[in-house]
Amino acid sequence: MEIYLIDILILSGFIGYFAIWNVTPLLHSPLMSVTNAISGIVILGALENLNFSSTPITTILLLIAIFFASVNIFGGFHVSARMLKMFKNKDKTNE
Amino acid sequence: MNNSLNILIYILFILAINRMSATRTAYKGNILAIIGMSIALIWGLINLKSEYQIYAAISILLGGTVGIIGSRRTTISQLPQMVALLNGFGGLASGLIGISETINIPYLNFLQIFIIFTGCLTFSGSVAGFFKLSGLIKINDTETIRSTSIIILLLSIISSFYAHNGETEYIIGFALLSALLGFCFILPIGGADMPIIISILNSLSGWCTTLVGLSLQNNLLIIVGTLIGASGSILTYIMTKAMNRHLLKVLFTPITTNQSSNYQHTEQDIHKGTPQDAAFLMENAHKVIIVPGFGMAASGAQQELSNMANILIKKYKVDVKFGIHPVAGRMPGHMNVLLAEADISPELIFGINEINPEFKTADVVYVIGANDTINPLAKTQKDSTIYQMPILEVEQTKRILIVKRSLAPGYAGLDNPLFYEKKTLMLLGDGKKITKEIVTQLENDSN
Repeated sequence: MEIYLIDILILSGFIGYFAIWNVTPLLHSPLMSVTNAISGIVILGALENLNFSSTPITTILLLIAIFFASVNIFGGFHVSARMLKMFKNKDKTNE
Repeated sequence: MNNSLNILIYILFILAINRMSATRTAYKGNILAIIGMSIALIWGLINLKSEYQIYAAISILLGGTVGIIGSRRTTISQLPQMVALLNGFGGLASGLIGISETINIPYLNFLQIFIIFTGCLTFSGSVAGFFKLSGLIKINDTETIRSTSIIILLLSIISSFYAHNGETEYIIGFALLSALLGFCFILPIGGADMPIIISILNSLSGWCTTLVGLSLQNNLLIIVGTLIGASGSILTYIMTKAMNRHLLKVLFTPITTNQSSNYQHTEQDIHKGTPQDAAFLMENAHKVIIVPGFGMAASGAQQELSNMANILIKKYKVDVKFGIHPVAGRMPGHMNVLLAEADISPELIFGINEINPEFKTADVVYVIGANDTINPLAKTQKDSTIYQMPILEVEQTKRILIVKRSLAPGYAGLDNPLFYEKKTLMLLGDGKKITKEIVTQLENDSN
């Protein structure tokens, strides 16, 4: 089981490697904030753990984790959208 | 069902990153990522025990509101600190998950210890980065902090063995030590290295997600976390390359601030110019290259700079180009966003390799708020922090105009011999004000 997870890890590392080199340097800032927002997917880990939560302490800890992950997700996507909108508008005026 | 949804979500994320290869498709990429995340959130909530659903939903809503308000209040030049902080929150979430796992699950392994360590370190490191970027903390005594962080590292390693036994107090202690370590580790790192640090933190927040995925045996988290980890690592590599720095040197060499002692210049050694001189030089030129640095953004001169370029192009038929150093801003690609905000066409903007051969043929170069990225010392002075960093070869142009707030050294703490050359005209003062005066002069002059 463990080895199969490591396989996934290595293969997705390669996908990441090729996908990122493809990104234009012009958009490195938005790339960073989009990936930042996506890393908030860890919220699923918090939700999953909440199902096993045995004590009030862990429930509270996990709810706080959910809160911060959401700040990460929503803030990240909003910032990216703001940046990308400026590049998008530029393209239209040039055409 | 669960598995096919996972596949859909990570395919959406990969496509989203793929769309970032061109400005035309990038906005749609962000929307794809948002769709993927929404599916994940809804699916996560549906699978939750009903007694927790309402609390989790409230947490998400509260967090989302805070995130969006925070993002709205951020200006584009404050972007790096916002991204650093958001990274940190991602790390904090992972750290908290790690802590709750160690408390919940009776059998333990080192994976949870790793999650707590990386998560808390990412969080506090990002907070330190946030403080440094917003200029709230200035560090002089870097040596002491560095030696303190080594002690903390040892303490946290020792405490990890106790935390491994699963007692809550030890786990919390270990988490706090890890957090302290991250803070002390990032704090003494030089300001000029911030683009590298942000990239590292970005990568770390991804690896945290991967670790949580491994502990839960959740494929989706492993795949997405690794993607982000790879992304951050590549950006780190690109940034260290752009500064010709070794990653280990960035992290472990203390900054020495006494390098500027070779230069004992005063204001008398420079040639001061007025905005009128600058306007005269530029309107009579055939080719002008504009080199913006972070100082330009700090004074908020983007719009004036855009106006200046427009007048030069339209009224005086000057060939205007922008030359951008990869580390011109405080995070990868930051300057491009700043210029895009001021409606400067991407066609006028060139990277270091494209613009460097052009400095020879340009008549005037207009440097605003940049210092280290044009410093010829990078080629000659071996003991300087920027030695062998690729620079924009401004010194080859016939006339150099440098807009600067004062003669104080730049972010890397170095003096710049370019300031004292005969062909250089220094425009001392606020970047926005000076550029505005140049624009007024250009408007009044007849061509």
